[in-house]
Amino acid sequence: MAFSIPMVIVTLFWGFVGGVVPWFIPKGPNRGVVITMLVLTAVCCYLFWLIAILSQLNPLFGPALSNDTIWYLQFHWR
Amino acid sequence: MDSFFRSEEMCLVQLFFQTESAHNCINELGHLGLVQFKDLNPGTVAFQRRFVKEVKKCEEMERILRFLENEVVKSNIPIPADFTSETIPVPRDVLDLESRFDKLEQELKEINSNRDTLRQNFTQLMEINHLLKVFDAFLFYPHDRFVAGVIKHERFPAFEKILWRLFHGNFVLRHAEIKPHEEENMDPVKKDVFVVFVQGDQIRGKIRKLCDGFHASMYPCPNNAYARKEMRTNVNTRIEDLRLVLKRTEEFRETTLTAAAANLQEWASKVKKMKAIYYTLNLCNIDITQKLIVAEIWCPVSDLNSVHTALIHGSEQSGSSLSPVVNRIQTQQTPPTFNRVTSFTSGFQSIIDAYGVGNYQEINPAVHCFDCNVSYPSLQLIDMLVDGRYIIFLMGLFSIYTGLIYNDCFSKSFNVFGSSWSVRPMFHPHGPWTNDTLHDSGHLHLDPLVSGVYSGNPYPFGVDPIWNIASNKLSFLNSYKMKMSVIMGVAHMLFGVTLSLVNYINLKDVALQFIPEVIFMLSLFGYLIFLILYKWCVVMKSESAPSILLLFINMMLFDYSSEGTVLYRTQKPVQIFLVVVAVLMVPWLLFAKPLLLYRKHKQLKFLSLLFCLSLFFGVKKAFVSLQVSMADIFVYQGIHTIEYCLGCISNTASYLRLWALSLAHAELSEVLWKMVLQVALRVTSGMGSVLLAVTFAAFAVLTVTILLVMEGLSAFLHALRLHWVEFQNKFYKGSGYKFTPLSFDRMRDMQ
Repeated sequence: MAFSIPMVIVTLFWGFVGGVVPWFIPKGPNRGVVITMLVLTAVCCYLFWLIAILSQLNPLFGPALSNDTIWYLQFHWR
Repeated sequence: MDSFFRSEEMCLVQLFFQTESAHNCINELGHLGLVQFKDLNPGTVAFQRRFVKEVKKCEEMERILRFLENEVVKSNIPIPADFTSETIPVPRDVLDLESRFDKLEQELKEINSNRDTLRQNFTQLMEINHLLKVFDAFLFYPHDRFVAGVIKHERFPAFEKILWRLFHGNFVLRHAEIKPHEEENMDPVKKDVFVVFVQGDQIRGKIRKLCDGFHASMYPCPNNAYARKEMRTNVNTRIEDLRLVLKRTEEFRETTLTAAAANLQEWASKVKKMKAIYYTLNLCNIDITQKLIVAEIWCPVSDLNSVHTALIHGSEQSGSSLSPVVNRIQTQQTPPTFNRVTSFTSGFQSIIDAYGVGNYQEINPAVHCFDCNVSYPSLQLIDMLVDGRYIIFLMGLFSIYTGLIYNDCFSKSFNVFGSSWSVRPMFHPHGPWTNDTLHDSGHLHLDPLVSGVYSGNPYPFGVDPIWNIASNKLSFLNSYKMKMSVIMGVAHMLFGVTLSLVNYINLKDVALQFIPEVIFMLSLFGYLIFLILYKWCVVMKSESAPSILLLFINMMLFDYSSEGTVLYRTQKPVQIFLVVVAVLMVPWLLFAKPLLLYRKHKQLKFLSLLFCLSLFFGVKKAFVSLQVSMADIFVYQGIHTIEYCLGCISNTASYLRLWALSLAHAELSEVLWKMVLQVALRVTSGMGSVLLAVTFAAFAVLTVTILLVMEGLSAFLHALRLHWVEFQNKFYKGSGYKFTPLSFDRMRDMQ
């Protein structure tokens, strides 16, 4: 559940930037350039985020922490 | 909108206009800046062309203008920068300007030489004056002969030494330095007055020769005081006169130069335009009756109307009765490549043009150069020396986004959403740790298999903040960044190959090249991406998780003997199938296109055989040319296949530079934090604040120079290289020639 919320939000956001906003760019000499930029940005940024989240989905090993860090986190994090 | 994706459609147009209106018409076209003249006399050498004399005249005039400008600048006269008259240069202007320039040059040269002579005289008179002034102090020696003169100050010691060597003290030498008066210092060289007293004329003659050798000027000085005094008055009068004359000369020179300077810019632009027009006329053809000029131009199809209007305007101005004729013709020649750019896009376009001007109507990769800015540095990269303020701005924005995803800001992380990892479940009664475990070892690993340690939901945006404080952070980050680089790389290259599809639709041989290329790349490297994603998305125990690299290598070697080498059940047959398919693509890529062309040429050859059976010559020649071109085609296709297939592997590995740069940058920023700033922050004494201020200054300087400037340049360079080589060699040939229209604005900007 807590995985699908960010998934949906970010996908919708970049989908909006890359798929919906281009339709609203006013006609002019720069229209093609701006649309290309938006789509490229959306695709690249979304892909980047997606790779980051997928790589942490099923970790094969965990972080190695020093004693002080462990002691601190035990008391201060939930 | 289409214009930025491929170059403009151009057309070849023939122009006919009258000789009288030629200048005006070409002038109008030059102002428009939209046509490129084709050279209709390619065989002729430069000095055989029709208007070579006029071009030479223009060059001579430019030389005179440069000379004038030099003189004006030397005299510190300001040149007025603005000039609004845009009169059209006509042939009779050439003669007029030419005579004017010649006259000016003569005048100026004369003035200059006069002035120099006058100055010389003045200096001499001043020297005599000084000499006479100090002479009185010297004259009480019994020697009756003397030589008096002026010598350069730095030469005096050598002069004295030689005098001693020659005459062994048989003389008396007196000298005094000339102290220059304030405003009359015409001569910046320091000089000394000297007098040598000797006995005897022979010695005097020798000393005279010595003075000549030292370039000392000698002046006759009378013996008695009365004559000297008279001479002094004489000299003083002459000096006054000369001063007046010099002043007048200078004034005259300045007036002439100021008058010239006022017109300098206008003349320069006129001469430039005329030279351009004559140069253009040299490219055209003049018919036999000398009344008609024929020109061929390349111009964008969308601008044909404006060209026509400009021509009509030009011919009207010259008062000619006939309007010029514009005639569009079909041609097989390759037109020049013209990409219409705005000030925003010109930066990107020039980056692409630096690699190679695109072929006519080839797809323009400048668009995807924007992609260049989605580069992969961390938060600190912003500043750069590229001309194009938006490149820097966009790069900065994307750097910030990347930094947020890597969760690395000056090597610290943000914990916005709460980490997915927690320590408490590792302790009793839930997990294996006790308080003693903590005392025993310095570092402990969190185990994701113990329930509750890993929450099951990854950190929503970016890398989990716990990795920043973990000592095995690099193990995780390296694996993550390498896989990210490969995924980005394969996606980029696939995009490039897809773009080549658009070029093919222009040229209609999709199946021969595009399909085998795509299948080859997808079956090998697309499958690699699939393996990476599959391993990420599926839960498995870490002991039994196979390494993707080993999987890939074994797939290529058909080695399925070692245990634990399957990620999913049907892996073996799928992989075998994919490798076989990829290998089959190679001969397809290598032979399909050349064989098709060979068959087409054989058909043509058969037809031409029927056609010129009578001409034994013709058949033989066609046969020979067929042979030669087929070998070319096979070799070219072979090179392309090898380049593509091997390139797939090497280019994919090349994308790992993204990982390398990211790692280097992260380590640099961590060093700056740990060894520079943290040291100062940990100091507990009272002076810590002063130390912190100093240390922060060092930290700031290092951050800006190393991380921003150096790494920023490095990131730009590597992104550019990835674009130019790995991306563009999938679709871009870049062997066109640029459209260079006749444009007076461009000529003026280039000055």
